[in-house]
Amino acid sequence: MTDTPATPAAGGLDDFTRKPDMPPPIATTGVIGWLRSNLFSTPFNTLLTIVSVYLIFLLFQGVYHWAFETAVWSANTRRECLDQTAYGACWAGVGYWFGSFVYGRYPSDSVWRVNLSWIIFALWMLPLWFPKVSFKPFIGLSAVLIYPFLAGYLYLGGERNWFMQIMVAVAILGFIICWLHVACCVFLNRSFGNLVVSLTGFAKQPERLHKFAILATALVGFAIVYASISGWQVALIGPNKWGGLFLTLVISGIGIASALPIGIIAALGRRSKMPVIRVVTTAYIELFRSVPLITVLFMATTMFPLFLPEGIVLNKLASAIVAVCLFSGAYMAETVRGGLQAIDKGQYEASAALGLGFWQTTALIIMPQALKLMIPNIVGSFIGLFKDTTLVAIIGLYDLLGMVKAVSHDPKWIGLHTEPLVAASLIYFIGCFAMSRYSQHLEKTLGQGDRR
Amino acid sequence: MSAATEDASSLQSAASDKTVIELRQVNKWFGDFHVLKDIDLEVMTGERIVICGPSGSGKSTLIRCINRLEEHQAGDIIVNDTPLDSNLKNIDAVRREVGMVFQQFNLFPHLTVLENCALAPIWVRKMPKAEAEERAMEYLTRVKIPEQALKYPGQLSGGQQQRVAIARSLCMNPQIMLFDEPTSALDPEMISEVLDVMVELAETGMTMLCVTHEMGFAKRVADRVIFMDFGEIVEQNTPQEFFNNPKSERTKLFLSQILAH
Repeated sequence: MTDTPATPAAGGLDDFTRKPDMPPPIATTGVIGWLRSNLFSTPFNTLLTIVSVYLIFLLFQGVYHWAFETAVWSANTRRECLDQTAYGACWAGVGYWFGSFVYGRYPSDSVWRVNLSWIIFALWMLPLWFPKVSFKPFIGLSAVLIYPFLAGYLYLGGERNWFMQIMVAVAILGFIICWLHVACCVFLNRSFGNLVVSLTGFAKQPERLHKFAILATALVGFAIVYASISGWQVALIGPNKWGGLFLTLVISGIGIASALPIGIIAALGRRSKMPVIRVVTTAYIELFRSVPLITVLFMATTMFPLFLPEGIVLNKLASAIVAVCLFSGAYMAETVRGGLQAIDKGQYEASAALGLGFWQTTALIIMPQALKLMIPNIVGSFIGLFKDTTLVAIIGLYDLLGMVKAVSHDPKWIGLHTEPLVAASLIYFIGCFAMSRYSQHLEKTLGQGDRR
Repeated sequence: MSAATEDASSLQSAASDKTVIELRQVNKWFGDFHVLKDIDLEVMTGERIVICGPSGSGKSTLIRCINRLEEHQAGDIIVNDTPLDSNLKNIDAVRREVGMVFQQFNLFPHLTVLENCALAPIWVRKMPKAEAEERAMEYLTRVKIPEQALKYPGQLSGGQQQRVAIARSLCMNPQIMLFDEPTSALDPEMISEVLDVMVELAETGMTMLCVTHEMGFAKRVADRVIFMDFGEIVEQNTPQEFFNNPKSERTKLFLSQILAH
């Protein structure tokens, strides 16, 4: 548009022609430009840069010396480590115990069950990143709602009662349908339901009958899966054997998955006009927010059983999970309430004026906007929760931190504290940093629509 | 301000003799503040009413009472033979038949223009999605922005957003439209595009209640102009009489202030 030559003839305002943009000077762009403007802009800044680089070198020299230069990578006991180096890190111990850090005391011949559950979860979530796939919310929701039954059975094993029998079959069927659907979307450019409808010959029928074709197919699929897994069983491994990162993920995973629904319900309750609901939810939120998590955990393991009817015995893990869920739900409720308050009153009014009821307004208008605003805070609580679950070590559950502490009590590796702790920090860092990056990604993709 | 302000050719009145909104002795307080005082008003089907008055005179509150965005504390409001009382079913029934356009547009920023329009027909009228979207496109065409259907509200100008808001209300097929200062938040060059759409809507015979300071619009479209001050209806008359021959001193003062520049 700018390459039309200027026409000097007309005169007045008409002879205005935009000049083409000039490229910026080379020294202001790219790496060199950045270095020049940020690190070497004045002699004093140059001096500061050099001094800072030297200080960083001094600081990290020691770390490098300890962690790499003089470190021991293979040994069988702490004694052997110390014989080889007086100062260096004994990574051999971390390597020796790494399996225990991840799986705790889970029998090593059954570790595949844990691995399998992680692989299934990863595969279940993977389609969410495929651009072509439809019904993504359902895929995500199914991963949160029905996957836990399959994972729970894989971890625990043993006999299934009728409920678990059904739910495990549903979960397996859900996983299969999810991937059939993904394959349909990627290769055929249509949904799985659509394919089922045309394969069963329902395409000619009116649209309202189509769901029966899908429902029938799902029932047949369920019958097949149910029949084929009915003889399948894995050995019982009680929760007292669970531990390590695996246990941390179980507790924080359930905590994270339930915090948001609990939080949303409690936040809506606290804003409700109905006094009973408001008082009950406010009491719940304030009670759990004003008590430390450790106290809640102790209460859960010592006092909670007193309230239960006789005969029901809740194991330590289950009480810890309930405690973590209630605790994180209370915090999440306040986060959600904050997000709800940020929504303009006009949105409620416009929605009401259109005739939408309370639940429709909440689900369709308010929550989608509020949740988007709350992403940084929500992920912040998730990260906090992920780290706070280490407190269960105090009530005698061997989560990642519990296992790290257990290592230093082993006669062969007695006194090995630092290296396992560094390794645990790294594991936590990877988990938390991944969550943080994902939240930034979410903010970007969800925020695309409403630039104001 | 193009067509809207040419008061030469004012519209034929479409008012019938059937009452569609009736307010009897309506009173409302915000705390101690008495916003509406003994309001009596009867609106006929197809009638177009412009309500004006200084700020704080209760004109917005008055029309917000008609679809129960505000609750009145005394008196009766009957819309479409449905009394507005604490019965939630009645409120829902009234809101389905009464559309409203706000000063701040209040579009849903997380939905596209098309989704904004189709949402209420789908969820309130239980209309199939395809049909709702078809109707949404029809009304977006009527407000002259069908090409913006897939954009988000934040990507549109104020005038375009307000026209979407009008289309969104019309998609519910309301019998009555309420406008709460629809042009007050707009840049001057966008006011006329919104008023043009409102004039066209008036031509279809829609019952309209409009709080506005656009006196040109009032002259051209209104069957009746109502002047409010201190929560009371001070004067109501045909636009002709109202502007040329105001009766009360307060009306004269108000008109001299807003027509002065």
